[in-house]
Amino acid sequence: MDLKNIFSQLNVLSGCKKYGLSPWQCPQFLFLIMGIIIISSSLAAWSLGNRYIEDPTAVALIVLAITAILFIIAFIITNSFERLAEVSRLKSEFINIISHQLKSPLTNIIWALEILTSEKFGKVEEQQERYFKIIEENGERMKKLVSDLLTVSRIESGSLPFNKQKVSLEGLIQELISEFTPFLRASNIELRFNKEPNIPELFTDYSQVKQIIKILLDNAVHYIKTKGEIEINLKKRGRFIYFEIRDNGIGIPKEEQKYIFQKFFRAESGSKYQVQGSGLGLYIAKAIVEKLDGKIGFKSQKDIGSTFWFTIPIKS
Amino acid sequence: MKTILFIEDESALQKTFGEILKQNNYKMISALDGETGLRLAQDEKPDLILLDLILPRLNGFEVLKKLKENPQLKEIPIIVLTNLEEVSSVEKAIESGATTYLVKAQYSLEEVIQKIKQALGE
Repeated sequence: MDLKNIFSQLNVLSGCKKYGLSPWQCPQFLFLIMGIIIISSSLAAWSLGNRYIEDPTAVALIVLAITAILFIIAFIITNSFERLAEVSRLKSEFINIISHQLKSPLTNIIWALEILTSEKFGKVEEQQERYFKIIEENGERMKKLVSDLLTVSRIESGSLPFNKQKVSLEGLIQELISEFTPFLRASNIELRFNKEPNIPELFTDYSQVKQIIKILLDNAVHYIKTKGEIEINLKKRGRFIYFEIRDNGIGIPKEEQKYIFQKFFRAESGSKYQVQGSGLGLYIAKAIVEKLDGKIGFKSQKDIGSTFWFTIPIKS
Repeated sequence: MKTILFIEDESALQKTFGEILKQNNYKMISALDGETGLRLAQDEKPDLILLDLILPRLNGFEVLKKLKENPQLKEIPIIVLTNLEEVSSVEKAIESGATTYLVKAQYSLEEVIQKIKQALGE
């Protein structure tokens, strides 16, 4: 181990950054804290021993023995902690590499299919078209899944990029609504967008905020079963912008509500109504909102509908 | 007929593109790695270069840099076509002189063709 390596070992915070953990979850930092506690408890033991035990050598030996034992225990604990953190980092890295690797073959499939369905090699029969459609839809689904997995691995490794700029939330929502218009029409859903006047521009990451709203809108659309209504409300609350989306969809049963933001969790109703999803959407939305120093939550009642809301600071 | 050089290490994608470019009346020449791509660019002087970034031997960023350093080649429009979607990669490629930056998963073939036509001023 050369000198540079030793110094990098000493830089506790950079070690924590590698795992994408906060200091209180990070092995190196905890070891440092434990060290400080051990040293101060040794000092306390020494001053107490001095007062009540005559022989100074005995005091020194006792203090030394206690300190050594404590240090060994602390080392064992933090060491196994570190191994856990390392395994988790490797897992995120693995997901990252796999999702990158999956992109190339997926693009190949989707583009090759585009050539086939463009009828440049001859007419596509109705029967064939149906199967091409299945391949196409599932290709797109896989693309979405791969991109979600990549986002999750970036969230976990703390490397999700944020590029802050001036953002008009109103414009962003209008843009998303027009993207969703074909789906809304096809599903017979009416969408209303209400906003308070004088909503200020935000200083935040455009594409990340768009991703949050897209996830919420996507869920609202997919969990409405018959003729539906969606209402979006935009308000200013102090230093924050409050966004709310209300639907009259199938709702979330009480017993499932506490799992809703967990990774890979899918409501039972999802499979019942054949809603296709990865179970990553709300996990991603929550992670992004929290990274932007906002809050996210919901209210929901089975068969009546759900309201999801989030806040983000005007200047985050 | 205009010539397009496609530098991409996925041979399946080379095939797909060869087909679609032929249909749009372009001649495609292809290279599977950066070094060969650079050599072909010098020998053939294509009208446009489609460039992947993750390439064996010489990666796309290096190819881009070498193309722009060569006075005979620096005017050729370059479309980067890649899976890398990090903002840092986009900025780096545009700064190095790429005309357009396309993330593969975000475009259909038809849209890529439109971008090629645009870059060729058609």
